[in-house]
Amino acid sequence: MTERVPVLRIGDILLVSIQVDLEDQTVLDLQEDLAEQIVARAARGVVIDITAVEIVDSFVGRMLATIASISRLLDAETVVVGMRPAVAITLVELGLSLGGVRTALDLEKGLALLRRSATGAELP
Amino acid sequence: MELLSTDREKITSEWIDGVTSSLQGRISKAEVDRELRELYEALVQGLRAGGEETRGDGFSEVRALLTELSRNRARQGFTPSETAISVLALKQALEPVLRNDSAEETTAYLRLGRALDDLALYTVEVYTRTREEIISSQAAQLMELSTPVVKLWEGVIAVPLVGTLDSARTQVVMEKLLQALVDTGSEQAIIDITGVPAVDTQVAQHLLKTVVAARLMGAECTVSGIRPQIAQTIVALGIEFGDIVTKATLADALQHALRKSGVDLVTHQDARR
Repeated sequence: MTERVPVLRIGDILLVSIQVDLEDQTVLDLQEDLAEQIVARAARGVVIDITAVEIVDSFVGRMLATIASISRLLDAETVVVGMRPAVAITLVELGLSLGGVRTALDLEKGLALLRRSATGAELP
Repeated sequence: MELLSTDREKITSEWIDGVTSSLQGRISKAEVDRELRELYEALVQGLRAGGEETRGDGFSEVRALLTELSRNRARQGFTPSETAISVLALKQALEPVLRNDSAEETTAYLRLGRALDDLALYTVEVYTRTREEIISSQAAQLMELSTPVVKLWEGVIAVPLVGTLDSARTQVVMEKLLQALVDTGSEQAIIDITGVPAVDTQVAQHLLKTVVAARLMGAECTVSGIRPQIAQTIVALGIEFGDIVTKATLADALQHALRKSGVDLVTHQDARR
């Protein structure tokens, strides 16, 4: 049994803070959990905090894009926050630009971004 | 090599004269005098202890002195020949001593000559190594100097790039910029390439990568300072900047960044004279 990443709820936003090393199974479990939770709790936004993630591979990169696509289908917007410079460089070198994923520097800015888009304000 | 010790005074002064004239007064005679006398002592001792085995233990002091001498010469900007002459001039200084044509002395002179050639080669070696050290340390300094990340406004940082961009430098720029984004919590970054003399496909590729990486971290990146000729080159090369915001000047980019971060610029009519 691998560790599961907890999915927390703040209002109508789901917060996923990844604190463990991402194994392929963990990632698949997370994808499943998140899809269920979005539907169960009628979430409008998903924040994935990867501040603690130091190592990524192409699988994790694709996972982020997949989660974003799934969430969008379920009418929730995904924001990836707290990406480290080294991780960003790695993803670029891997050729993953995470097209559909929105990003923010930290959790606070990510939440602000979701709140702005929920109120329908003009996005920066 | 008794000659070396008996005629010491004559040979050294001859030697010092030879070296001083070759250096054309760029080093004071007193300094040359001191260096060479020390070297001479060490050389005589080395010859006594180790024969002509210049890479052996007997010559360790000679080598240490030569290392210092070559390093100093390299730092002061002398040429390799001017450094090596310091040793080779001794051969010339020895010639007048060999007037009595004995076969024994001639062979001894030749053997000493070989040893001196070896030592001269050694100085050139050290000289080159010192030069290389200087060059690499300068390159490192240049790298640090030329990639500052400056804060222009609350939430806006900029990197003015000056000089040719290569992979190594872009890597440094990229890392510094991204780290600065995290440290300052800025959401807007400006890469100013006014000082970049040429943009080729590789440089453009690097710029694009930096912009995409910044975007991944949740910041927006603007490229500014594209000069007319460079714009033409970029188009001629068929490089696509895609949806990356580009501005002609840093001022435009700053205005754009401020507007994006919600700061309004207002011009007061009455404030103008």
